[in-house]
Amino acid sequence: MTNQRKGASLAKSLLNIWSWLFLFLILAFFEIYAQIETGNTFVFRVYNLQSIAVAASQILLLALGLTLVIVAGHIDLSIGFTTGLAAVVMALVIRWIGPDSGWLAVILAMGVGIFAAVIVGLVNGWLVAHLNVPSFIGTLGTYGIARGAALIVAGGATVSIRSDAARAFGNGDILGFPVPVVVAVLLSLLFHYLLTHTKFGVHVYALGASRASVERAGVDVQKLLIALFVLSAVTAGVGGLIYTGRFSAGAANAGEPILLYAVAAVFIGGASLTGGQGTVMGTVIGATIIAVIQFGLVFSGLPPYWQFVAVGLVIIVAVLVDQSKDKLTGGRT
Amino acid sequence: MSVLLEAKGLKKRFGGNEAVSDVSFTVHEGECVVLAGDNGAGKSTVIKMISGVHTPTEGQVFFNGELLTGKTPEGVRSAGIETIYQDLSLADNLDPGLNLYLGREKMRRVLGIPVLDRAAMRRDAAEVMKSLGIEVPDPAAPVRDLSGGQRQAIAIARAIHWQAKLVIMDEPTAALGVPEQREVMALIGRLKAKGVGIILISHNLPDIFAAADRIIVLARGVVGGERRPSETNDEEIVRLMMGASV
Ligand SMILES: Nc1ncnc2c1ncn2[C@@H]1O[C@H](COP(=O)(O)OP(=O)(O)OP(=O)(O)O)[C@@H](O)[C@H]1O
Ligand SMILES: [Mg+2]
Repeated sequence: MTNQRKGASLAKSLLNIWSWLFLFLILAFFEIYAQIETGNTFVFRVYNLQSIAVAASQILLLALGLTLVIVAGHIDLSIGFTTGLAAVVMALVIRWIGPDSGWLAVILAMGVGIFAAVIVGLVNGWLVAHLNVPSFIGTLGTYGIARGAALIVAGGATVSIRSDAARAFGNGDILGFPVPVVVAVLLSLLFHYLLTHTKFGVHVYALGASRASVERAGVDVQKLLIALFVLSAVTAGVGGLIYTGRFSAGAANAGEPILLYAVAAVFIGGASLTGGQGTVMGTVIGATIIAVIQFGLVFSGLPPYWQFVAVGLVIIVAVLVDQSKDKLTGGRT
Repeated sequence: MSVLLEAKGLKKRFGGNEAVSDVSFTVHEGECVVLAGDNGAGKSTVIKMISGVHTPTEGQVFFNGELLTGKTPEGVRSAGIETIYQDLSLADNLDPGLNLYLGREKMRRVLGIPVLDRAAMRRDAAEVMKSLGIEVPDPAAPVRDLSGGQRQAIAIARAIHWQAKLVIMDEPTAALGVPEQREVMALIGRLKAKGVGIILISHNLPDIFAAADRIIVLARGVVGGERRPSETNDEEIVRLMMGASV
């Protein structure tokens, strides 16, 4: 009995490190490929690592808040267009203030962009918490609304801006690290703290396991759900701000191609559709794996469309691993 | 022994259906009262009127002489009545410590930053479980790894730790195997020894006779009879459950 239990928990911890192993394997794969094809290194070039880190940051900004939502047993599909909405709103505010908008104007524009994102999060939370709309349906609805709103305020076009401060925010670096990476790392640390070291985090896990357990404990589940969807919208909104900074333009579909990657990163990182599982660290690794595949395929000169196929395959593998994990631990999720 | 809880003339109507018509009974300190009755007799409805889930259509519940009726489930709980439902309301993915403290977690500070004090919560959980005669093999493992009896013990430990004076259990052994049923019956014994009053809902005659100080039989929403285990037998209880007035 105890031996069996020990065996199961050993298998489980081995499976928990599978994503590290997977990351290592694809890095090794691209390294060997690069050495044979071009005689150059893939992994040990600062430019490559920086590109991967920036791509991973973009995915992470959508995936961080989403991780909490998924651990709580819900989903947030609206983030793709929450990112776009925040990007467009920030660009419009900068454009409205004028071409020479300095730091203050950019910070104001960011504030308004995040405010727009928070509204989407509040609507999601209200739908799920107060009207008991399943999050999949509710956030699919706000996905459409945020998309429409972003296109309407942008007049259907990309909102280009001219602002040195915004450009510096999107393309500058802090101590040699690109700003998007620094932002993603700081937010990851904050979300890791929230999920593993606070009461809020415990309640999120408990909610994912059993709503009755949290309600019985006297926790206000409706408030908890609203907080989760607002956090998810805020990180997606930050992704939009960085987009506008990087490309000196806000686009309604800024986050759309990243939505699938963000969802994939969370599941590759060990979360489960049924909730109650998942970690911020896992999501960070998941986002990095996807970024390596994205950049590695471009680096290898394959048509970029292969990345969709490759990421799709990785999602399926992640789900299969998750299932076998359940089997190994006695089928109890 | 003094009266802990008194239910007076409880009635509950759901639309046109009267689930409970007229139920009165008392529970004393350290006493185990079993509510017995056939399916649909109204047992669960009665305890939900005590725990604050349902408001009675008529009648009141008094706890330590104070009116309990009208309080929210939260209010009833902080008054000292813990209800353990069949699903136990545990978070399966968390360890016993976090389940014990869920909603009232212990914190400590690291470099001025508040963080969960998981170790202290685990220690406390292991200690309360030990007082119930249960050794938790791995205090850091999620409670889904524990047996049904041990999980029941965590729900009971929660009641003890937060100093409940009355514990209500709705069919605690229904989903368990025979050894685990014994484990739970032993837990009920230890709970009683701590002076805690118990209302136990059960279908199972051996359990009823093993645990009860008094048996209250419900039949179709009314009290069909009240007996001490020493002054009755299986047959009579079954007859009362079927609604025969003796
Ligand atoms: N929320 C409700 N709405 C309408 N009717 C209800 C509700 N809860 C219970 N009832 C009805 O009240 C009656 C008594 O139900 P109750 O659950 O109290 O019985 P019970 O004695 O606990 O039965 P069991 O042994 O099956 O658990 C049943 O006819 C049931 O259908
Ligand atoms: Mg019942």
